[in-house]
Amino acid sequence: MFDPNELSIEMVQILDENGGGDEAKIAAFSDDWLLNAYKAMRRARVIDERLLRMQRQGRIGTYAPFSGQEAAQVGSALALRNDDWIFPSYREVAVCLLQGMPLEQFFHYVQGRLSGKRMPDGVNIFPTQIIIAAQTLHAVGCAWASKLKGEPHVSVAYFGDGATSEGDFHEAMNFAAVYNVPVIFFCQNNQYAISVPYAKQTASRTIAQKALAYGMKGVLVDGNDVLAVYETMKQAVDAARRGEGPMLIEALTYRLGPHTTADDPTKYRRPEEVEAWRRKDPLHRVRVLLARRGLWTEAQEEAFVAEVNAEVTAAYEAAIASPSGSIADVFDYVYSEAPKLLAEQKAEVMRRKQAKGVK
Amino acid sequence: MAELTMIEAINEAMRQEMERNSRVIVLGEDVGENGGVFRATDGLLEQFGPDRVFDTPLAESGIIGTSIGLAINGMRPIAEIQFLGFVYQAMDQLAAQAARIRFRSGGRFSCPIVVRSPYGGGVRTPELHSDALEALFTHSPGLKVVMPSNPYDAKGLLISAIRDDDPVLFLEPMKLYRAFRMEVPEEPYTIPLGQARVVKEGEDLTIITWGATVPLVTKLADEMRTKGIDAEVIDLRCLQPLDIDAILASVEKTGRVMIVHEAVKTSGFGAEVAALISERALFALSAPIVRVAGYDTPYPVPSVEDDWLPNPARIAEGIETLLRY
Ligand SMILES: Cc1ncc(C[n+]2csc(CCOP(=O)(O)OP(=O)(O)O)c2C)c(N)n1
Repeated sequence: MFDPNELSIEMVQILDENGGGDEAKIAAFSDDWLLNAYKAMRRARVIDERLLRMQRQGRIGTYAPFSGQEAAQVGSALALRNDDWIFPSYREVAVCLLQGMPLEQFFHYVQGRLSGKRMPDGVNIFPTQIIIAAQTLHAVGCAWASKLKGEPHVSVAYFGDGATSEGDFHEAMNFAAVYNVPVIFFCQNNQYAISVPYAKQTASRTIAQKALAYGMKGVLVDGNDVLAVYETMKQAVDAARRGEGPMLIEALTYRLGPHTTADDPTKYRRPEEVEAWRRKDPLHRVRVLLARRGLWTEAQEEAFVAEVNAEVTAAYEAAIASPSGSIADVFDYVYSEAPKLLAEQKAEVMRRKQAKGVK
Repeated sequence: MAELTMIEAINEAMRQEMERNSRVIVLGEDVGENGGVFRATDGLLEQFGPDRVFDTPLAESGIIGTSIGLAINGMRPIAEIQFLGFVYQAMDQLAAQAARIRFRSGGRFSCPIVVRSPYGGGVRTPELHSDALEALFTHSPGLKVVMPSNPYDAKGLLISAIRDDDPVLFLEPMKLYRAFRMEVPEEPYTIPLGQARVVKEGEDLTIITWGATVPLVTKLADEMRTKGIDAEVIDLRCLQPLDIDAILASVEKTGRVMIVHEAVKTSGFGAEVAALISERALFALSAPIVRVAGYDTPYPVPSVEDDWLPNPARIAEGIETLLRY
């Protein structure tokens, strides 16, 4: 008999919430690496907060903020090559930015424009997945193709704790292990699926342990520790690239904001809980470490935040100034060639648009 | 009588049926603590407790599949699929399992579940939150498909659906959830499944529609009055069972038919209605049937959805065409 209560899974952590921790391991991270990781997280935070405000002002559509999850996203993305394949959900904005999504592109997306659908060529990021867990299977297939073609790329499926309840996730885990493909299942366990807390989602103590049943390696990492996330992801990615197969990474973190701008989290969680997690902020601990090494001053912080704010404004303005795409696109990307009846429908719409004098 | 929005009427119907029958339970994503993302189940957890109202794991196939088992063993589950676009995840359980329980068991078992789900466009949602997918289910024998268009109907139809012994898909136009209020009797009442409603009588043409597009069509029909065009508007309310008699009676009176729905045109339910009319009342027609529907593409992004949906300009053009004959 196997008793899950006897299983003990330790959480990997390098940098603790006060900026201390495993000093030997911390010392192995260079000043440049730390500065780069910190700036990526700070940039992500500023962008996230701006987008949230812009949504409140009606300048963009529904938005799913990710504040609190910067270390999980930045740490994992920094361990990737920029031609690895990313299969994101709607919350992986920081990952996508690091993997080559232009910020302006994201504005097109959140404004609900046709021009927001298409990633620039060469950016290996799949379209934002709305259907929870569906992308996990695509990531496995993509990794399978890399293996069959003998290409060195790794595929990464990003998803939340809620996604691990969907059948697609379990089928993806099983296929990945059976075919031993280079895929990483990166779960950001932010402990809520909209209003549903982790304890109602699964009776399993960790998500990481779900890997065992599929014959796959699993690991639990402090998702608010960018050093630990990076190191864990790097090991997984290197192993996958060497042909050693898939891995499930559970990054334990917390969504500090609402699920989306349409959500009111005060309905289902207590302010004390949110406060407790604010004290584990992923940016704060790195900031302390940078200060300890004398790498980052208040003045540098202010200048950097101003720089990112200017970047956001410029990207937003560039997006609204550029064409949002024509209604024709709706018809052009259904089939490689539009069937006759569909072509007629397109003609009808174009005629009506022209009659109204609109493009 | 209280003036309720559609979402309040839906909430009241569930509350009253749960009070009346302790076997009625509610399950779905975020339906408990949060009261549903649209607040349809608001207050039900507080009133009926955690053995009647369940925040389930995030798994649509799980929600519908376990509802089937619950129903077979005597419970009356009301399952929520958070947005209809997510029902694809549960397609097997709904269309191949729930629909066929009675048939497969030779009548021994039935599957009295209600699957409620918001659908429909015009509310600037992300992808797969707006699709009108009713035709997938009218094409699955064994399922009933109900699509209310106002608070009064929503309450009466939902109570009928909960009491019905077959699986019912109850599709709620999310644009209409809070669009207007209407007098709704406080006591429980039922509206039989399979009865259309003549929203507005008329002589010149018949417009057949359901769910989200009913208020739009009714408003246009009212405006046409001033131009001397007298349109009859029929709200089907249920697609399965279908009130074929109401359709034929109107067609025989007017001889001109327009069908309006949000779902994509090809193989949409409008095609079924048009086929039935041509089978049974072809010689009553003085013009070809006109359909105004979503185009044959996936539901598009917010910036262009108003051009994609049936809108006043498209419906007016259709009416012109009909009256040319
Ligand atoms: C198949 C499917 N079901 C339901 C939803 C509605 N929905 C959107 S996000 C969400 C919660 C997802 O939680 P989780 O996987 O933990 O990711 P998080 O949002 O916390 O990042 C739900 C239920 C959906 N988009 N797709």
